[in-house]
Amino acid sequence: MSTPEDVPALETVDVSCVFQVNQGFMRGRRPLRAVNGVSLRVPRGKVVGLVGESGCGKTTLAQILLGLLRPTAGDVRYDGVSASTFGRRDVARRIQPIFQDPYSSLNPTKTIRSIVSLPLRIHRVGEPSEWDDRVMQMLDMVGLPRRVAGSYPSQLSGGQRQRVAVARALIMRPEVVICDEPTSALDVSVQSQILNLLQDLKDELGLTYLLISHNLAVVEHMADRVAVMYLGRIVEEADTETLFSNPRHPYTRALLESVLTPDPRLGVPDSHLGTVFPNPIDPPSGCTFHPRCVDCMDVCKASAPTTTVEAGNRVECHLYGGDGKSRAAA
Amino acid sequence: MSSTVLEVHNLRIEIPVAAGLLQPVRGISFGVDKGETLCIVGESGCGKSLTSLALMGLLPKAAVRSADRLEFRGRDLRGLGERQMSDIRGASMSMIFQEPMTSLNPAYTIGNQLEEAYLRHHRGKRAEARDRAIYLLEKVGISAAASRLKQYPHQLSGGLRQRVMIAMALMCGPELIIADEPTTALDVTIQAQILHLLADLQREFEMGMILITHDLGIVARVADKVAVMYAGKIVEEGPCERVFENPMHPYTQGLLRCIPVPGKTRRGEHLGSIPGLVPNLVGDIRGCMFRNRCPHAVDACLELGDTAVSLDGGHAYTCVRDVETIRASSSEPQPA
Repeated sequence: MSTPEDVPALETVDVSCVFQVNQGFMRGRRPLRAVNGVSLRVPRGKVVGLVGESGCGKTTLAQILLGLLRPTAGDVRYDGVSASTFGRRDVARRIQPIFQDPYSSLNPTKTIRSIVSLPLRIHRVGEPSEWDDRVMQMLDMVGLPRRVAGSYPSQLSGGQRQRVAVARALIMRPEVVICDEPTSALDVSVQSQILNLLQDLKDELGLTYLLISHNLAVVEHMADRVAVMYLGRIVEEADTETLFSNPRHPYTRALLESVLTPDPRLGVPDSHLGTVFPNPIDPPSGCTFHPRCVDCMDVCKASAPTTTVEAGNRVECHLYGGDGKSRAAA
Repeated sequence: MSSTVLEVHNLRIEIPVAAGLLQPVRGISFGVDKGETLCIVGESGCGKSLTSLALMGLLPKAAVRSADRLEFRGRDLRGLGERQMSDIRGASMSMIFQEPMTSLNPAYTIGNQLEEAYLRHHRGKRAEARDRAIYLLEKVGISAAASRLKQYPHQLSGGLRQRVMIAMALMCGPELIIADEPTTALDVTIQAQILHLLADLQREFEMGMILITHDLGIVARVADKVAVMYAGKIVEEGPCERVFENPMHPYTQGLLRCIPVPGKTRRGEHLGSIPGLVPNLVGDIRGCMFRNRCPHAVDACLELGDTAVSLDGGHAYTCVRDVETIRASSSEPQPA
């Protein structure tokens, strides 16, 4: 099957996901827009980073992409084909997750052999006699000694467990891997090992990654493009160089200022963001970021900004586009 | 009266386990002055959290603590009983724990938990405790403090809970504050705010602070002094700038190579890594415990591994190899 170059491996078109949240006895239910009209393209063979604070909808979006949640509106496309034409298993063959916590994402009562071969058994791939060989190949590939196949997760270190999670995700040879905070539960030296491994496997197998992380240094190191999410919307998306050298959205700027590089000459930065992350059930009017924004103008409180595209990079802020341009310059 | 708040000499922790004697902390020494921040940095299992528990007298029952010196404001902590220790704990030495989600009691209000600490040390002064709680909640940047006192932990976000934890640690005006990974569970934006807050409060109240973390970015930004721990020992220590600009121990060098730094590490290139695993600290331990992961290891590391080398300005490290050998490697790229 050949796919034209410009069709992204994974794409969301105006995807929304609304949960009905109980407000308590007799108070009825109110909608929570966890993901609110997100359009994101993940081109084949690229790494797209998704950053944002907890509660911004990153993980909900990941679950939608994995087919674990159905979007309430919008469309998810794999290779340009709408997800509604795929069954649950077809999706799982194309796209696999690696989760944050290798301590809770592996079943403690199963051996590593059983954990890694589970996808093969579910999808009935090949002959059962070949499964063991494929497990061993995967263990080699992720840099685990073959003898761990008979071990249980509790006998492995955090880094080894995350390697098992990588092996399980890749044994079906998916096209896309969604890495949800793949290294934030790991030690510094192990984090670099896992990042190196993910990079090698990407080159070797031609994988496409969606890398979800709140560690911007990791995203900068791995990603080709970065999308910044705030309260269910993507507020800025650009190639990594542009985003890090010339962040445009005030929220992106605040995030970048909060990155602590190991430079003893600098102090702790002040991101000017204030303490309060808005309640997603009751989002602020206009631009949802305006109560925390240093560049807040009157128009921000009144109306939601539209997306401005410039050289393939987009930003959603009143400072840019239309008559806003003059304001940004002033 | 000197300005030294805490003086620790040759602190050891031993825990008998089925396989023998576990030695998670093997003779470490450090000191903290008034208004000074000491960062203890290391990976999981290096003994940094046990060290903080040992200072607070909160070690698990099976663990045995010993030290040549353990003085807090000139007072020897070694012989103190549980009662005397709890008079100090929370009053003049207090701790901020890692997980704001689990270290607050979900069944009591914020106010209740804040006042409890104060009332333990100032009996019967309920109104005073309440005033102090409100004052400190405002100090740590929580708005509408008086009404927050009636809230339960689940009604607060992670960042607010950690602020409450900080306020709680400050209730009795401590002279030493021990913060064990205070921002690990938080978002980057909140992390910066909490660190800012800690630094401000420390300056204002002239507290000594021990900050325990695995994040070198945090260390570089807040520390006055750094102690790098590996396998229960301090392998390198010194003033923050000196350690970061001129890391000497191969482990410190390795750690610094492991982290991606925007603008410095290039995309598509491998990050440095430290091969191998953290050693087992049960039973007979000899020589430098980093030797089986070290690019410069020689036979002498087994016998003379703990040779201490002092450089000027209080910068010291433990390594048998000569300065030129390890220094040369700190600038050359890591082999793949």
